[in-house]
Amino acid sequence: MKDRLLVATRKGLFILHRLGDGHWQPTPTQFMGEPVTAVLADLRDDTLYAALNLGHFGVKLWRSRDGGQEWEACAVPLYPPQPAAGTPPPVPDQPPPAPWSLQQIWVLEAGGADEPGVLWAGTLPGGLFRSADGADSWALNRALWDRPERSRWFGGGYDTPGIHSICVDPRGSRHLTLAVSCGGVWQTFDGGLDWVCTTTGMHADYMPPERRDDSAIQDPHRLAQCMGQPEAMWVQHHNGIFRSIDGGHHWHEVHAGPSSFGFAVAAHPQQPDTAWFVPAVKDECRIPVDARLVVTRTRDGGRSFEVLSDGLPPVPAYDLVYRHGLAVDDSGERLAMGSTTGGLWISENGGDQWQCVSARLPPIYCVRFG
Amino acid sequence: MPRIVFAPAIQRHVPSPVHDVDASTVGAALGLAFAALPALRGYILDDQGRLRLHLAVFVDGIAIHDRHRLSDPVGTTSEIYVVQALSGG
Repeated sequence: MKDRLLVATRKGLFILHRLGDGHWQPTPTQFMGEPVTAVLADLRDDTLYAALNLGHFGVKLWRSRDGGQEWEACAVPLYPPQPAAGTPPPVPDQPPPAPWSLQQIWVLEAGGADEPGVLWAGTLPGGLFRSADGADSWALNRALWDRPERSRWFGGGYDTPGIHSICVDPRGSRHLTLAVSCGGVWQTFDGGLDWVCTTTGMHADYMPPERRDDSAIQDPHRLAQCMGQPEAMWVQHHNGIFRSIDGGHHWHEVHAGPSSFGFAVAAHPQQPDTAWFVPAVKDECRIPVDARLVVTRTRDGGRSFEVLSDGLPPVPAYDLVYRHGLAVDDSGERLAMGSTTGGLWISENGGDQWQCVSARLPPIYCVRFG
Repeated sequence: MPRIVFAPAIQRHVPSPVHDVDASTVGAALGLAFAALPALRGYILDDQGRLRLHLAVFVDGIAIHDRHRLSDPVGTTSEIYVVQALSGG
């Protein structure tokens, strides 16, 4: 089990360590007052990364090689010069296309064990960046950026499209699966040279009927992969929960109570049939169903779901859990969940019981063990 | 010689002393400041070299017009203030 938890919030980064008695001890808050949008513990070299989105001064990226005591600024992904000639003319009554400028790092992931120093960053407005040197430099993946389908992407959760999920295949680091809100699920099998959009089976009821099955407009809120059996993947989609057992080539919808709507999903690291979700009322409302915060768990591939609430707050609770607000460690037993209203809970038994670590943190964007 | 001043909110991230810069435009003045403090550039300009959305630049008390190319002229005794806009939160 992992005894360190990183909690990225609207007002700083909180790092907690588990004590022998089971309590979680916070260390001094890092980046106090600053929005931390993504965090990564790269276990290959024990480096921490924290992405900040300063309201006035843009996106910054910091790293720590001593567990979070000392931090140094490192390079941020930079979009290349935007070609004036290639910019399409504005369409009346449509929002203009996003400028080629970094708006947010939405997710950070480490490359494979055979790629020391390789990092991936998913960003708004939709660029995927790769670093080969531990964030000393970054390069935009032009193969994906230049796909013509990208013109059909649109914002989901933010004004512009963004990459929020990146799964590096444990069997081969050149195989990546990533998810875009709103732009579908994309895969590369050659390290990012070629890409294919794999959403067969997903549907988008928020679109006109003729666009319902359009692959490049699907809104997967979050994508998670079973590391022990990587063919098993889960997506919490805007339109419900989808599962794949063939590496994302085909998806089938499953239904959970009290709601299949939500943002977060965590996949069990070894058991392909087990995953966790945090349901909410779709779609404009976005609060827990009946103001009751629960976690749902399937252990049979989505045929049935258990509703878990032991240790979660009583009604009414208006905690919403964002895309990166739910995490499971490599044991599959320890989970963490952080909410928009600053609630942080941990379970040591797969979600059967939860302990509240804090109910008064700043709004939580991301929780990660490591 | 024009003088360029960065607001305290910027100093919090990148200590930026007052610069006297031999420049005739806002862009040239900022360029000289960035040459002295490379880390400052990303705090002021976006990826395309434009003034960040939630920053403002004043020349002798007047907000600049050209936020993209930063071509607004500065005089030999001008004072250039780089400040955060309240729209940034």
